Amino acid sequence: MKDMTFGTILAVFEEIFGRGLFWVMVAIAATVTVTYLYVLVRDRSISWRKFLLAQLSMPLGAIAAVWFVLVMTSSRLSDIGGPVDVILFLGIAAAGAVGIAILVYTAQALLGRRSGSDAR
Amino acid sequence: MEIKLNRRQLLSLAAGSGAALATSGYANGARAQVATKARIVIIGAGAGGTALANRLADRLQGAEITLIDPRVDHLYQPGLTLVAAGLKPADYVLSKTTDWLPKSVNLIQEAATAIDAETQIVATEGGQCIAYDFLVVAPGLVLDHDAIDGFHLDMVGKDGIGALYAGPQYAAATWQAAQAYVETGGVGLFTRPATEMKCAGAPLKHTFLIEDIARNAGTRGKLDMHYMANNDSLFGVPIVSEKVRMLFGDRQIDPAYSHVLRAIDAGAKTATFDTPEGAVTRDYDYIHVIPPQRAPEVIRQSGLSWVDKWTDQGWVECDKATLRHLRYENIWALGDVAGVPKGKTAASVKWQVPVVEDGLIAAIEGRDPTETYNGYTSCPMITRVGRAMLIEFDYNNNLTPSFPGIIAPLEELWISWLMKEVALKATYNAMLRGRA
Repeated sequence: MKDMTFGTILAVFEEIFGRGLFWVMVAIAATVTVTYLYVLVRDRSISWRKFLLAQLSMPLGAIAAVWFVLVMTSSRLSDIGGPVDVILFLGIAAAGAVGIAILVYTAQALLGRRSGSDAR
Repeated sequence: MEIKLNRRQLLSLAAGSGAALATSGYANGARAQVATKARIVIIGAGAGGTALANRLADRLQGAEITLIDPRVDHLYQPGLTLVAAGLKPADYVLSKTTDWLPKSVNLIQEAATAIDAETQIVATEGGQCIAYDFLVVAPGLVLDHDAIDGFHLDMVGKDGIGALYAGPQYAAATWQAAQAYVETGGVGLFTRPATEMKCAGAPLKHTFLIEDIARNAGTRGKLDMHYMANNDSLFGVPIVSEKVRMLFGDRQIDPAYSHVLRAIDAGAKTATFDTPEGAVTRDYDYIHVIPPQRAPEVIRQSGLSWVDKWTDQGWVECDKATLRHLRYENIWALGDVAGVPKGKTAASVKWQVPVVEDGLIAAIEGRDPTETYNGYTSCPMITRVGRAMLIEFDYNNNLTPSFPGIIAPLEELWISWLMKEVALKATYNAMLRGRA
């Protein structure tokens, strides 16, 4: 790629999703991340009870992310053809897993009761 | 069980990631504008003309930029192979010319009919005469369908005839014919012309895609597929040609070398090829026609073409590194029309536009240009639905991978397919806006 700058990458992502949708998605991701950090700071600890459910949701997030990419790009698992494809595949799965874990943890922290046991 | 977290560390982590995002900013950053009263005329609002107009509008202050092109629709041509394989609808490649142009550019929606390089005037079909100080010719090329005896575009989609280059509706019609061929089988002939052509990978991609679609449909055994190469290779870059030869062997696609389509008889379903041994007639059940390609008539009549090279095709005589005309210092060629050894792809245009931009602005400023074009061309060579080879090369037939050691150019990879599928059109659109 010529001039592979941050600006170019932003421009490409804006074109992929449309400028409005892209920045809405960035805003949602940023909001969830900041909220996650907020509840960590608020609670001053990681609640392993919340984290357990978040961990259990991780495979679902991984599968959902891979499924989404395969469907959107007319691809199949058998198209994985080289080491970089395996890395990419694992990366997509990992991104989906981490994403949903953060989302589930944050949702529990915001919506659930701040019970004594959770906030120990 | 719990872990005590350090609040300050957490906050600094959050702040740090935000700062990293903020400081990385738009690296394209605004360069100082150049003040000028120059009259710049660009013939052609395709990929090259549009991208250049946007970049010049950003870089120049006070310039009078005029774009001449009668076409209402803008075509994303790299998408045509996907349309012709039923992977995208025809409107995937369609947008409006005016969607991409900055307000400061004056668009004349007429064809240019004459260029007088001596008096520096371009005439249009509406009778306008537009004087220029600097001219960029980027009208693309014309598909010479009449050169194939017995062939008319209204045949496309019927009786086993495909022609995906001719535009979105013909690419969609090509898929109808190809789909029928996948179901019924028989002899398939996949041709390419002997002239210079845009995206020499597209005839190969079409062949690979139809083969894969038939394989997945369970009808591959009924298809007898032949790739009709125009000379003794399958691709202009030798190492790629060898790889394609191996893939064809693996997919049981039979290459026929030095077979150039001359005529078809749609009624008899036969095609006649010029070969070194004379004319050869072959039966077909499906034929993909790509006609000879030439510079538009206005270029060929204007005296801008090479006089000793490509005389039957008329590409613009220009320096292959600077794209500046060799006889007229204030004229540049851009895109398909440029008389350079390689580079009739959108990826080439992406590399050429900054070179023409720099050359033109350097001329305005009275300095030497610094940017040069090395013949870079990129071809995401689709070898099946879901896999492609990301082939990039230059004038010297050297492979020039963008991601060396990560994305192997001669390996069929899913990641290369994803790039074509997800990022290519987006990158193209960003290029049109002058942002990539």
